[in-house]
Amino acid sequence: MYETVYHRATSTDDAVAKMAEAEDAKFVSGGMTLIPTMKQRLAAPSDLIDLRHIDAMKGIAIDGKKVTIGAATTHAEVASSSELADLCPAICNLAGHIGDPHVRHMGTIGGSIANNDPAADYPAAMIGLGAEIMTTKRTLPAEDFFVGMFETALEDDEIITAVSFTAPDKAAYSKFPNPASRYAMAGVFVAMNGGDARVAVTGAGSDGVFRHTGMEDALSSNWSADAVSDAEVDEGDMLSDLHGDARYRANLVKVMAKRAVAAAG
Amino acid sequence: MSEGIGARVLRKEDKRFITGSGKYTDDVRETNQCYAAFVRSPHAHAKIKGINKSPAEGMPGVEAVLDGKQLTGDGIGNIICGWMIHSKDGSPMKMGAWSALATETARYVGDAVAVVIADSLARARAAAEAVEVDYEILDAVITTEQALADGAPQLHPEAPGNLIYDWEIGDKEPTEKAIADAAYVCEMEITNNRVAPNPMEPRSAVATYSPSEDHYTLYTTSQNPHVARLVLSAFYQVAPEHKLRVIAPDVGGGFGAKIYIYPEEIVCLWASMKTRCSVKWTADRSEAFLTDAHGRDHVSKARMGFDKDNRIVGFQVDTIANLGAYMSLFSSSVPTYLYATLLSGQYDIANIHCNVRTAYTNTTPVDAYRGAGRPEACYLIERMMETAARDLGIDPAELRRKNFIREFPHQTPVIMAYDSGDFEANLEAAMKAADYAGFEKRRSESASQGKLRGIGMSCYIEACGIAPSAAVGSLGAGVGLWESAEVRVNPVGTIEILTGSHSHGQGHETTFPQLVSDRFGLPSDNVQIVHGDTDKVQFGMGTYGSRSGAVGMSAIVKALDKVEAKAKKIAAHMLEASEGDIVIEDGEVKVAGTDKKLGWHEVCLGAYTAHNLPEGMEPGLKEGAFYDPSNFTFPAGCYICEVEVDPETGTTRIVQFVASDDFGTIINPMIVEGQVHGGIAQGVGQALLEQAVYDESGQLLTGSYMDYAMPRADDLPSYMVSHETTICPGNPLGIKGCGEAGAIGSPPAVINAITNAIGNNALSMPATSAKVWQAINAANVKEAAE
Repeated sequence: MYETVYHRATSTDDAVAKMAEAEDAKFVSGGMTLIPTMKQRLAAPSDLIDLRHIDAMKGIAIDGKKVTIGAATTHAEVASSSELADLCPAICNLAGHIGDPHVRHMGTIGGSIANNDPAADYPAAMIGLGAEIMTTKRTLPAEDFFVGMFETALEDDEIITAVSFTAPDKAAYSKFPNPASRYAMAGVFVAMNGGDARVAVTGAGSDGVFRHTGMEDALSSNWSADAVSDAEVDEGDMLSDLHGDARYRANLVKVMAKRAVAAAG
Repeated sequence: MSEGIGARVLRKEDKRFITGSGKYTDDVRETNQCYAAFVRSPHAHAKIKGINKSPAEGMPGVEAVLDGKQLTGDGIGNIICGWMIHSKDGSPMKMGAWSALATETARYVGDAVAVVIADSLARARAAAEAVEVDYEILDAVITTEQALADGAPQLHPEAPGNLIYDWEIGDKEPTEKAIADAAYVCEMEITNNRVAPNPMEPRSAVATYSPSEDHYTLYTTSQNPHVARLVLSAFYQVAPEHKLRVIAPDVGGGFGAKIYIYPEEIVCLWASMKTRCSVKWTADRSEAFLTDAHGRDHVSKARMGFDKDNRIVGFQVDTIANLGAYMSLFSSSVPTYLYATLLSGQYDIANIHCNVRTAYTNTTPVDAYRGAGRPEACYLIERMMETAARDLGIDPAELRRKNFIREFPHQTPVIMAYDSGDFEANLEAAMKAADYAGFEKRRSESASQGKLRGIGMSCYIEACGIAPSAAVGSLGAGVGLWESAEVRVNPVGTIEILTGSHSHGQGHETTFPQLVSDRFGLPSDNVQIVHGDTDKVQFGMGTYGSRSGAVGMSAIVKALDKVEAKAKKIAAHMLEASEGDIVIEDGEVKVAGTDKKLGWHEVCLGAYTAHNLPEGMEPGLKEGAFYDPSNFTFPAGCYICEVEVDPETGTTRIVQFVASDDFGTIINPMIVEGQVHGGIAQGVGQALLEQAVYDESGQLLTGSYMDYAMPRADDLPSYMVSHETTICPGNPLGIKGCGEAGAIGSPPAVINAITNAIGNNALSMPATSAKVWQAINAANVKEAAE
């Protein structure tokens, strides 16, 4: 790791001010991707501005069916929230299967979606749930937020403060983990809200998380695993690497979608 | 409670390991501690046109920036391979020059070309990045097929066509004739995948030169510190042996990768002399993937002929092994004498012939990895036996039974003379434990859940207890493979055992004292094991090839024999009894049939006070011994794996794994079971998950745990482990060895089970979910076409 200067921000304003002062700073939340990248000397920010201690960015708020999760909330906190589990167990289950216990106690929802790893789990949930991403500058629908592999709409001095969504009637997430990293090789989040089905896929697509409208149309009229089986998954849109080619990933998308629908009930 | 042979004594070393208080090489901190950072080639094959060190030399904290020309200029010798193999035309193997820092050419990604010594690791690394190396990129060869092709880029001028040797064993003509006359011939092409060793502790070295004493000390992660000292001194001319102390303290796993002497240790020693600093280097995980010697990487074409009674009449194998960019210390022996000599397996085969070619490629050097050659042999034989049984339409167990060797000693056509075993007993025990007869019922139950269930077995044999020195010498080994021990009894009766074996996970601190408890009835806590330090231990060949029990403990037994004999003489004199009447038990030295006795400590004290010793006897009670084995030992067993495959995703779940092993005498069953569990985990890792993958330019794609899949707890089943014992006649304790068996026997059992489940035999390791899914679909397509 190259030398860097660590700052603990006390508020989002403080964090933005510190960013402006520093030469080449990065915001860090759980650091579960950034710190290993720095250890491998593939990133060398002059300063790290830690967002995990900003109280306003932490915690889960529930108001009727509306859920707001502070960006600095850890995966472990999301996984173990019984109030949230009553309303939307799918997101708790998803959070409970990110990485390992160490990662879940350090990593945060804001950090995960800001990084937009094409194999991360949360982006699928955000799009599947039709969530809104709230930042220091604006509020964006998840679909506008995730731009492409490791790319988001965030500007350099913009911080995610929270995400919010309306709990769906039913939802589930099913993932097939990469045997080495245990990131998703294909992770499918399905949700049904008032006759409107959503299917969001992570891990498999060659340009990051995406919605599968073919499956959504099929599920909107017939919520069943069989409905998904007949959908086409375009191999041309799939990643291909040493862990699985595009054809295999296309198959996994379909199988994970089926299993998610079955799990959602 | 007995702490003798056969007792489940809890591991004494675990307290410090699990509380984080072990002392590893990286924990060593000397005064004037500096750190080494290596400049490594980012190219698989490149000419080094120039090295500009000046940008690094002026950087803060930098003591020195050193390159290969300085190293060779100071007379540091090239790294050698210690086992001479002759090609079948009589010519010696073609060893390319390997300088610890490359001078003219870099031959794999990670090849060290320069080193920076600085007063902190961060400063050393920063300066290493500032070193400018002017490379001219050359074409690279990655696979042996590419390496041996006409017109392939050349790695070493010494090895035309990248061929290291073209070696054979067995009789070719009779084997070919037997196969030509066979009623059925099983023919297969089998790949044994390349794996990275991944010990939990990465390699590390701390080298300190003392100008006042003109003496070097090297702490290093070694499985064999005395061999390291010998090689560093005799071949690399780093320092004469008596001026070099090598210490291998707590070492966190080796699996073969820590047998060899690598460039980094040599460079640290040399740099400590150049800079007068203590120089520390610890590999990060990326360096471990790039530079720890990889394992396996064979491609073989094999034919096995059977007569009309399903008896094997001939076995012919043509193997090409990838040795990587340079010949590591024992690399030449792995695909030859550690591999082809085991091709008879557990079977009575009259005719065997094996041809082995090895090639240089622009990849990390390949050497012994847990099992070393024997897993490759076992995988080949046991995949073929299973395949032949399926082709012949007979039960795989029955085919094996029909061909088992049943009389011992048994001379195979490929050098080895098996001394003992009861292969049928292991097979029967495993089949019973696995409820082999009930498999079809379980298969139907799985089918009703939409899952494909399969069963596969593997009957392995290996040659351990490496090895009779004269025998291996005649086969080309550059060293003898005996072991030494010293038993030092203190005046108060406590005992230190100094052993040349090295423990890096094997539990020697627990098992070796059990020999003393067994013999003298002393508590094992009264015994201390001293190992891993060339200044303390007389000499030793180290730990690998499952040899610490069969060879290391045999040396201890020989030394204990001498201690016992002397103690009895002293006691007989003190008790005024006949030496033949003295017995030592329960910590007391007694005259048989009387109530006359002395405490063990009284005899020991008597040895050191020397007030009342027999006429002419030297004082003291300390004896040493060297033990050279008379033969290899032959652990064997039967493994049965049962899997359930999810046809939708190709995911394999091991639902049952049974191991029935014959390890000869077992000193500590708990530790032996642990060795089997770990070995199977490693074998399952190779079978299902692990593979070192290079792209066509020679970049290692699996250079981190993001892409290199190690087995985790949830990839592995609970094992059912049992033992059917025949005593090894070749050593005093009757031990065969257990360290590698799991890694040798398990891969074919796993693949046999999966191919059985999916109905497609065309499946290579690692059987990842993606590959299994493809194989299922290929089988379905074939079925539909038919």
